[in-house]
Order: sequence, then C-alpha cells, then structure tokens
Amino acid sequence: MCLGIPGRVVDVRDDQGLVMGTVDFGGIRREVCLAYVAGEVKPDDYVVVHVGFAISMVDEAEARRTFEVLREMSQLEELDWMREVADRSLDPLGGTAA
Amino acid sequence: MKYLTEYRDPVVAKALLARIKSTATRRWVLMEVCGGQTHTIVKQGLDELLEDAVEMIHGPGCPVCVTPLEQIDKALQVAARPDVIFTSFGDMLRVPGSDCDLLQVRARGGQVRIVYSPLDAVELARKNPDKQVVFFAVGFETTAPANAMAVWRARQLGVRNFSVLVSHVTVPPAMCAMLDAPDNRVQGFLAAGHVCTVMGWSEYEPIAARYRVPIVVTGFEPLDILEGICLAVAQLEAGRHEVENQYVRAVRRDGTVPARTLVEEVFQLVDRKWRGIGEIPRSGLGLRAEYADFDAEIRFGLTEVTQEESGECRAGDVLRGQLKPFQCPAFGTRCTPERPLGAPMVSSEGACAAYYNYGRFRQAHAVSGTTP
Amino acid sequence: MTTTPMTQGLVCPVPHGESERVLLGHGSGGKLSAALLRDRFLPHLANPALAALGDAALVEVRGNELAVSTDTFVVSPIEFPGGNIGSLAVHGTLNDLAMMGAEPICLSAGFILEEGLPFDVLDRIVAAMGAAARAVGVPVVTGDTKVVERGKADRMFINTTGLGLRRAGGGPAPDQARRGDRVLVSGPIGRHGMAIMAEREGIGFESKIESDSAALWPLVQPLLERLGPDLHVLRDPTRGGVASALNEIAAASRVGVSLDEGAIPVPVAVAAACEMLGLDPLYVANEGIFTAFVPAERAEEALGLLRSHPLGAEAAIIGQVTNDHPGFVILRTGLGGTRVVDLLPGDQLPRIC
Repeated sequence: MCLGIPGRVVDVRDDQGLVMGTVDFGGIRREVCLAYVAGEVKPDDYVVVHVGFAISMVDEAEARRTFEVLREMSQLEELDWMREVADRSLDPLGGTAA
Repeated sequence: MKYLTEYRDPVVAKALLARIKSTATRRWVLMEVCGGQTHTIVKQGLDELLEDAVEMIHGPGCPVCVTPLEQIDKALQVAARPDVIFTSFGDMLRVPGSDCDLLQVRARGGQVRIVYSPLDAVELARKNPDKQVVFFAVGFETTAPANAMAVWRARQLGVRNFSVLVSHVTVPPAMCAMLDAPDNRVQGFLAAGHVCTVMGWSEYEPIAARYRVPIVVTGFEPLDILEGICLAVAQLEAGRHEVENQYVRAVRRDGTVPARTLVEEVFQLVDRKWRGIGEIPRSGLGLRAEYADFDAEIRFGLTEVTQEESGECRAGDVLRGQLKPFQCPAFGTRCTPERPLGAPMVSSEGACAAYYNYGRFRQAHAVSGTTP
Repeated sequence: MTTTPMTQGLVCPVPHGESERVLLGHGSGGKLSAALLRDRFLPHLANPALAALGDAALVEVRGNELAVSTDTFVVSPIEFPGGNIGSLAVHGTLNDLAMMGAEPICLSAGFILEEGLPFDVLDRIVAAMGAAARAVGVPVVTGDTKVVERGKADRMFINTTGLGLRRAGGGPAPDQARRGDRVLVSGPIGRHGMAIMAEREGIGFESKIESDSAALWPLVQPLLERLGPDLHVLRDPTRGGVASALNEIAAASRVGVSLDEGAIPVPVAVAAACEMLGLDPLYVANEGIFTAFVPAERAEEALGLLRSHPLGAEAAIIGQVTNDHPGFVILRTGLGGTRVVDLLPGDQLPRIC
C-alpha cells in the first residue's frame, strides 16, 4: 500500500458533480479525481496521487525546507568523516595513514 | 520528477546512513509497516547498507498479502459468472485462492480486467449496461477514499450494475496485534506514509504511549526511509517514544479531512481476518447498511467456500517478523514465486518474494566465496 | 516467438500450481514461456538448429549459413504511437536475423484477418509494412492471407518469416559472453511497452511516448564489420525487457552480469509512466534497441560507432560481465546498494502498493 506519486495539476473542472482534473507526472498526463483536495487545489499545485485520486496536497514549502535541512546535514556529515580520517592518520598507534 | 527523484540523492543518502550508524549504540529492531516501503528497501539494497546498525522487519503492509483467503475465494466465485466483468487492481490477480487465482478463472472463460482507478470500473459499468461490473475493493486506509468515491459516484450517477467486493484493512489494530504478541521484537515503527496522508497521525499517539515505541510517519523514497530510520533510532537512543512526522511534504496531523469524511459515510469498522495472521477485531472496513445495495457479497449471495490454508505456509510468522523467509522450510523449494504456497511469496512487496531474489544472490556468493 | 503480448485485458500472473491450460503468461517471455517451450514443443520438434534457441536458427546449406527466423505479432492495439502491427512485424523479424549477425535477404508475411476489419485500417497496416521493408531494402517475397470469423482474431495477427545469410565462421550468440566483457545498450529503454500501455483501456494515460520500433541491421552491420568476432553477443530486448534478455545471456554463457543503474538510459516520460503504475523499466518491452557484449578494450570503440548513427545516438555502456554470481544479473543502485534483477515468472503487473 500505497503507490502515491506527486504530480502537477494542469486543470481543474467539474465532471457531472465530481471535481476532476488533469495531472502531469513528468510529462505523462492522466485524469485524476481532485474531490478530496477541491477546497484548496488550483492549477500548478502539486498533489499526491494514488489510484487516480489526489489524496493530499504537496506542501511545497515544507518540502523545500526539509530538503535543505537534509542537504546541509549531508555536508556536515562529510566534514565529520574527513575529520575522523584525519584523526586516525595522526594516531601513532593506529596503523598506516589513509 | 519533482518531489520524487530528489529524494534519491546518493550523497544525502550516504550521509543519512553514516548518521544512523554513528547514532546507534546497539542493533535496534524496526518495522516498516508499508509494502511500498519494503519495496524501496529491497530495490535499493538498503537492508544491506544498514546491516549492523538496524534490523528491518518487513511488516504486513501489503494488501495483496493480507487479503483473507475467504475474500479471494469470493472474488473467484463471482469472477467466474458469465454475466460479470470482474475488475481489480493489477497486483491482486495472481494471489492464489483455495483452488486457483483470477487469471486461471480468466483462462476458463471468466471476464477479468485490470483497472488503475476504481472510477474506471464505474465507467466500465456505464459502458456495459447489460453486464454486472464488480470491483475488488482492497487496500489500506490509503485506498479507502478512492473505493468510497467509486460507490458514491455509482449511486450519484445511478449506475445500478456496479458493485464492490470489499476487503479493506486498517493499520493501527494490526500494529497493536504485533505489539501484543508475547514474542514481539519490534522496538520502533516507520508508519505508512500514505495511510497517514489520508488519516493523519493522531491515532498512533495512544499506541506510542501505551507500548512505549517510537512511531515515525515515513515516506517511500530512499531518503525518506533513511531519514525515518534516523529519527526512530535517535528516539530509541534517547529513550523517547513519540509520534514524529518525517513525511512532512504530504502528511498533516489531521490528514485529508474530506477523504476521511466520505470513508466514514460509506464504510464502517468490521472484524477482519488477515491472511497469515488471523482475525483482528475491528481491523477492517465493510460497507454500511445504507450502501448495502452496492455490496457484491449480498447481490450475488457469495458464500464462504474456503479450505484451510497450506499448513506449510508460515506467512503469519514471517509477517510478524518471527521468521525470516529463508528460515521457512518451504522457502525456495516447495514455495517459490512461480508456485507460491502463501501470499508473501506472491506479491513483489512480500517479504518472501523479496528475500527469494536477494537471498539467492547471497547464497550464490556463499558458494563462490565472494562478497556481494 | 511472439512479441509484446499486451493484448486487451490482461497481463500474466504467477500461476497457482500446475496449469492445465495455456495462460497469457505463457506468452510473456518469462519463466512460463520457457517452460512451455521446454515441456510442450521441444519434445515433439527436437533438432540441433532449434535446440540452440537463438534469435534466429542457423541452417547450413552447402557451405553457407542460412539464418531463419519467424515471429507472430498479436499486439493490441494494432496501431500505436510510433508504428503499427505492420511495421512492427517487419522490424521484429529483421531484428531477430540481425541479432545473429545475419544480413537479411527476404521476408514472407502471413495474415490472419478478423471478419469486419475495415479496409482503411488494413491499408494503413500494409502500407507501413511496405515502407518498413523498403527502408532497409528487404522485399516481402511471398505471403498468405486467411480470414476468420468476427471475434476469432483481435482485428489481425501477422506472422513474418525472415531469411538471412551469415558469413561462415560463426557470429554473435547468447553463449559467448566472457568475463570482462562490457554490456552496451544501443538506445533508451522502455519506449515500446509504455507506448502500448498508454493506450490500454482502464490503465491508459496521455503521453508523448512513441514506440522505438525500428530495423536494427543498419546499426548492426557496421558494428559487425568493425569488431568481427569481438562482437560476442547481440540480443534485442523485446518482451520481458532488458532484464529478461540479460538473464538469458547470463544463463546461456554461465556468467554473471553486473549493471550500473545510473548508466541505463531511461527517457523521462517512460520513467514517469513506470512510477505511476509501479513498473520497472528494465522489464518493459523494446522494439528498436539491442544489447551488445564486447571485450572491455573495444567497448569505447563500439560505443563511438553506435553513437555516430542516428539509431544509436543515445547508446551507453551499462555494465559488465563477471565470474561472480554466475547466472545472476545484479544491479548496483545509485545509493551503492545491490539487488538481483531476476526473470519474472510472467509479465509485470501494475501495482497499488
């Protein structure tokens, strides 16, 4: 459970009382039911789509923020690793330098 | 693809792996609940990369695997009828029932079709007014809103030749059942991200408190899984047991309210058997009385004709993490993806199928004396 | 050998125990197909040329090597973005000959037409067939037509048989992969299968994906001429995709194949469609690319040659042959993990999980 992928809303329309729309996934487009996000959704928003239904909006601000945090952390991790390597190479008891 | 492929960044992944390894002071045991998460872990070889820091037990989060035998048999019954077009999600088609599977039913003349969305099944019913169209409504809470909408839509448009065979299951009771088992080894959970997208995470708070286990709502891409594990390990090291949300880009505490509302209107909680595990009270969804006229079980008078499961299949033990697939005596010999004894070998997310691929490779290395 | 059995309604499952009937999965190119061949056909038809089970059979005729290949095309829909069953029927059989290193000489074409098929549809199919054959200078020298009642054929089925000539002294074959060989692919993967999938009722989606259906001899011939016996293996990954083709070669050559995920060219639209349906591009059918196994020291040269031709512009080196894990195809992921790329029992199924 639960193959849900993010896609960009291209249009929003009413299909006999049900809110539907076209969603673009990296160039592929499909009809998606937008009823569950109808209160918020507009074209160019991103939604998570599961079996042809938008089950939520993608919170783009949160996505950006947390991705930046992750990227920063990965830069710090690299520094830690380098420091560890440097320490080991200075240790007289620790075998040969890397 | 935006908001998807960036969560596969190898540099960040390596950093997260390093962070997990440096934080863990012992080998913690975590369970990822969702089959989609299992799929990522196996596909990316994350099990292998995590080796010493964390043991991942693959949870029962695969609707294909846990759909009870009784419901599969009912599906086979109704699909065999000449007046029925039976529609289903693709991955249900190869699950073995007592006697055969949906594809064999088709070979014998039944009309069985794959659909991507339940609304496609309603459309099929509209286009084929002289046939009955039955849709196999399976899945966790993630899929319930879609299935609910199909029923609602059929009523709204007056599509009377449409009905659903329901076999929904819900996650929290299953997690509690795992945690209640005396031999439970799971110390923390990665909760199913898309289930929580719909439901939010408030129902996990009492579970975390009562059983004192961290529960991290986690997404499906490699960085999501690794970050989720990182957060869970950090909690375990600090002795905390809270619900945390890793999957912030898609999950809010209350979930998607309109979806929950329609699900509650169309479905109600029922007792449900989980294949390989047994009955868990109030762990399933069934149609409410107001929508009974769309219930395929009633419309077609479907009866229980189930035989006992193969005694050899240890699916239950595998799903609860008590047994690794390769420890099952039938694994790879009498039970293979071509001839599965049980559901975890059938589904591509099933733990047994995953291990069948990866495990054989490990054995091949054992034979040739090389490292993978 | 049948091609791309994405016929209306179904893809293949894992069977429950023994099957007493033909299942769709028996046409998928995976393990069920192999079992059907082994258990139901070979016992009655055995002979050395057939037993080699190459893309084309080689029959020695008074000192020359004649290559023969036959293929039946049952694709549905019969018209799809990038081609139709007519052009596919020409390309598919010509490519089987090319994969054995045989120069195509002529084709035959047998048609089974469903009663009620409109003439304008038939015209489009046959026109495409003619154009495809003329484009590579290979005539359709003989044929046959049958008509069956409405409902007995899915609009039309086409069988084509191709004859080719191969220079004496051998050529590429599936059992010739050697340790250290590099694995090349001549173009991006997954286009044909996903172009067909986009048209399927119940699953379809809008896309610009076009089938890659093409005759490959114009790309194979210069490669063969330049590399000679160093062109160890050629295989076009049709049904079952790149994964199945490489598994067959690994098994036939008794070697391991190690792939680098980042090196495999997948068009963005194919990747997106696969994400949506939960499919793996490695198992999706192709009709206009091939994989080649060449010694390491000639890999760059082969790559350069491929890339200098329009059909091979996006060729890439995607892996290598090892003596580790013989018979297994292993993929190294972008994250540095590994996973096995196994033969599927039948076709891939779209999933919700």
